[in-house]
Amino acid sequence: MKTYEQINDRIESGKAVVLTADEIMDYVDKKGVAAAAQEVDVVTTATFGPMCSSGCFLNFGHSKPKIRMSEAWVEDVLVYAGIAAVDVYLGATQLRHGDPANMYYPGEFRYGGGHVIEDLVAGKTLQLFALSYGTDEYPRREIRTYFTIHDLNQAIMVNPRNCYQNYNVAVNDSDRTIYTYLGILEPGRKNATYCSAGQLSPLLNDPYYETIGVGTRVWLAGAQGHVYAEGTQHAGDCERTGNGVPMEGAGTLALTADMKQMRPEFVRGVSLRGYGVSLALGVGVPIPILNEEVLQRTCVRDRDILAPVVDYSVDYPQKTGRVIRYANYEELRSGEIEIEGKKVAVGSLSSYCKALEIANRLADEIRRGEFLVSRPIAPLPRHAKMKPLVIREK
Amino acid sequence: MSQTVTKKLMLFFPKCECEKPIIYHLVKDHNLIVNIYRAKVTPEEEGYLVLDVTGTEQDIQRAMDFVRTFNVTINTTGKGVTWDEHRCTHCGQCLPRCPTKALHFADQATRQVVFDEAECIECLACIRVCPFNACASAF
Repeated sequence: MKTYEQINDRIESGKAVVLTADEIMDYVDKKGVAAAAQEVDVVTTATFGPMCSSGCFLNFGHSKPKIRMSEAWVEDVLVYAGIAAVDVYLGATQLRHGDPANMYYPGEFRYGGGHVIEDLVAGKTLQLFALSYGTDEYPRREIRTYFTIHDLNQAIMVNPRNCYQNYNVAVNDSDRTIYTYLGILEPGRKNATYCSAGQLSPLLNDPYYETIGVGTRVWLAGAQGHVYAEGTQHAGDCERTGNGVPMEGAGTLALTADMKQMRPEFVRGVSLRGYGVSLALGVGVPIPILNEEVLQRTCVRDRDILAPVVDYSVDYPQKTGRVIRYANYEELRSGEIEIEGKKVAVGSLSSYCKALEIANRLADEIRRGEFLVSRPIAPLPRHAKMKPLVIREK
Repeated sequence: MSQTVTKKLMLFFPKCECEKPIIYHLVKDHNLIVNIYRAKVTPEEEGYLVLDVTGTEQDIQRAMDFVRTFNVTINTTGKGVTWDEHRCTHCGQCLPRCPTKALHFADQATRQVVFDEAECIECLACIRVCPFNACASAF
């Protein structure tokens, strides 16, 4: 048994033993759980993939004379200005003004909110255009100017839903190509897409939310941020395998961090043909090894994690709930799974390569004493269920 | 018979040379085996042709001299499809779509995507599926 304080003391003295979730299983197999739990202080987890529910609050400061900004665009991408003067929220999936979307199906969606966020973090010069109705204290009614992230007072990423605990594997049972947020799916189950870091993924290594909670310090694209709430659609009450690992989406995290501290290689705009734009993000979460149980759960392997294979042509949009089969991540990573006797090629939208890089970077930061673990100020709910939207009369 | 070699070429056709059967002459007069990956040769427009030619060094050299007489630009180093390793996030979405495995994982442990240009047949499937715009076409 170790406490958060003891672990942080070891981190600060540069003596912490840190392994990644990719390395810990073999280590525990070799040393045994009891000895490894004594020795190891932190296991680092990570993921890199599209996370649509992402965005940021920007504060521009005041021009002379002042404007309240009731409508605003950054690089022609609409931002939400229905908050205080010169504050806006830029969302990852917002399309650029004039984008034909799916009018000429399938749309290309070359640039949108996620790409603006990428450019902002990369330090590029961006255009701001804003309108206002004019008030006595904010008389300006229009402004067009250029800025970089360094000119802003704040650029705070606030993501209501990141780090899905597990996720669907998408296939297409219809006879035409479909274009989804899980990529292009060829007819007749010709290919499948999954999107999870599997054994490296944060919430798959802490399936019952024992160490990851509200207030947990996280590595968000290179910046030190934290979990500010349960993520939207967080639903811990789900089917789980014997080791406690959810067999569906389940938990999510709401994350925030200062964008001025982020690294551009972990903040990337996404264009999904026929679907829209998004933002791919790198997230790392340290798991403090408080006891043997916590350690045991970080030893989960790809082969022990099941994901539901779902048809995205009918079953997903029509919400039938049908699961064709469950596939484990070891099978998925082999590049081919078998579904009802047919071999199906598998691709990923989540980058294991980047997730591994993040887990190693975070481990190095902890070893150097630069990144401390934090005790949650509140746990994530364990028994929440996801409610549907009912269409009804008033 | 001297040894044959295979060379990848990109030919750019100016507006006026599109109607001449240049490829026919490469085969007929210069004994070359041609494998065309991509072509856009439209009358009244500029055009391009991306192809492999296989033959002896001498035949290829003679054929290129012949092609140049039509005011066609030959590029032996240009790539019709490029992969930007900095834009690539190594997600692997392109892998099942690449018919020749030109795009593949360097190894299963790191799952880093690499691009083997020599294997690329310029089918352009990767361009359609890459969410990060890492793959691009010169045309």
